[in-house]
Amino acid sequence: MQVRYSLAAPALAALFGAPALAAGLAANIEVPRLNTSEYHRPYVAAWIERPDNSVAATVAVWYDVRTRTNNPEGEGTKWLKDLRQWWRRTGRDLEVPIDGVTGATKPAGKHQINLADAATAKLAPGAYKFVVEAAREVGGREVVTIPFQWPPAKADQQSASGSSELGEIKLELKP
Amino acid sequence: MTLSIRTIALATAMTAALGAAHAHNAWLLPSTTVLSKPDTISVDAAISNDLFVANHAAMRLENLQITAPDGSAVKPESEAKLKHRSVFDVPVATPGTYRIAVVNGGASASWKDKATGQPKRARGTAESLAKDIPADAQDVVVTQSIGRIETFVTVGKPSVPKAIGQGLEMVSTAGALTDLAKGEKATFALQIDGQPAKDLEVTVTAGNTQYRDKLAEFKVKTDDKGQFSVTWPAAGMYWIDASTKDNKTTLPQAKERRLSYAATVEVMP
Repeated sequence: MQVRYSLAAPALAALFGAPALAAGLAANIEVPRLNTSEYHRPYVAAWIERPDNSVAATVAVWYDVRTRTNNPEGEGTKWLKDLRQWWRRTGRDLEVPIDGVTGATKPAGKHQINLADAATAKLAPGAYKFVVEAAREVGGREVVTIPFQWPPAKADQQSASGSSELGEIKLELKP
Repeated sequence: MTLSIRTIALATAMTAALGAAHAHNAWLLPSTTVLSKPDTISVDAAISNDLFVANHAAMRLENLQITAPDGSAVKPESEAKLKHRSVFDVPVATPGTYRIAVVNGGASASWKDKATGQPKRARGTAESLAKDIPADAQDVVVTQSIGRIETFVTVGKPSVPKAIGQGLEMVSTAGALTDLAKGEKATFALQIDGQPAKDLEVTVTAGNTQYRDKLAEFKVKTDDKGQFSVTWPAAGMYWIDASTKDNKTTLPQAKERRLSYAATVEVMP
């Protein structure tokens, strides 16, 4: 049992290109490479939802963190409401920035996010959905959902793909 | 009884100028109803048949009232009365739900002139009517009216706008007036002077009427609590309207009070 575990951890780390997790939940979000004349990095929100659509935790929010005061082009929080599902379910009740959760928009590519141990400890056992929503300026909007059980019975990896504004979303669960 | 051409022309002119509630739709159209950051939104105000095409008459803005979430009054910016629509900007600076409304109240009277036997009409406020109606007028009929045309805009987390308590108004029973989405059921309540407006017919019409053959409006009646529900078939701007009359007038001569209400709400996809 122990031998299997020590082999699995580096293998997963190699897959994600990140240090192996102690425990909990991690995800990998792919921002797709798009060929458009006017490209803006998408606003992305990732959160954990209960079956009744209430939100257990917001895992990540990528938005234009510049504001007019520090950068004339900065839009700041103006387009957060275009992440319509996140905005209605929890976004408008939050004050951004949030340490460890919010950050700048990301370029095309795969991006790793980890849910802090403190947050996973607060997740009550049950069924959940990991939801990722992306909205792009002069572009579209897409939502990708991955259902999962918490706590995970075994180390597990699930994935789902968007078709336009999101690439592959991978959810990694560790007991 | 014969009506002179002049009286018919006068009555028609007054009806057209007012954009009579029954002949045309009076609407406010905000550029957006949901914001995540303080900004300035733009509102069109017009009276027309098509929702929401300004092709008939501009709405007068003398009675424009904008209320911030904390109840304070907000001044519109850059008000302009164009040919077929009025337009103004609303700076929405604090979190919560703003109420943008045009509230028209007045009275109209018709009577028979004693000397000539001609039917006459006048419209205005209670005070101006008192001067217009001669003391020896016969068959005097006075009607009062309160009409409210409004819309709502939210910055950040929605709040509940303070109820007006006068005339016909709509309140949201669960969720916010700016938190509507396609496929979801929204429940509203109509109140007259703060009391439930029971058994009142409400009409809900989706915008973009010019792009379809059928108006496809849906009519629903309020229940004992003055409530009615709508499950939104598609995203877009919707116009909700209701009207009724009662006898709770403030003018002693007035036997009837006409109440009307219209609101524009935005349904997101």
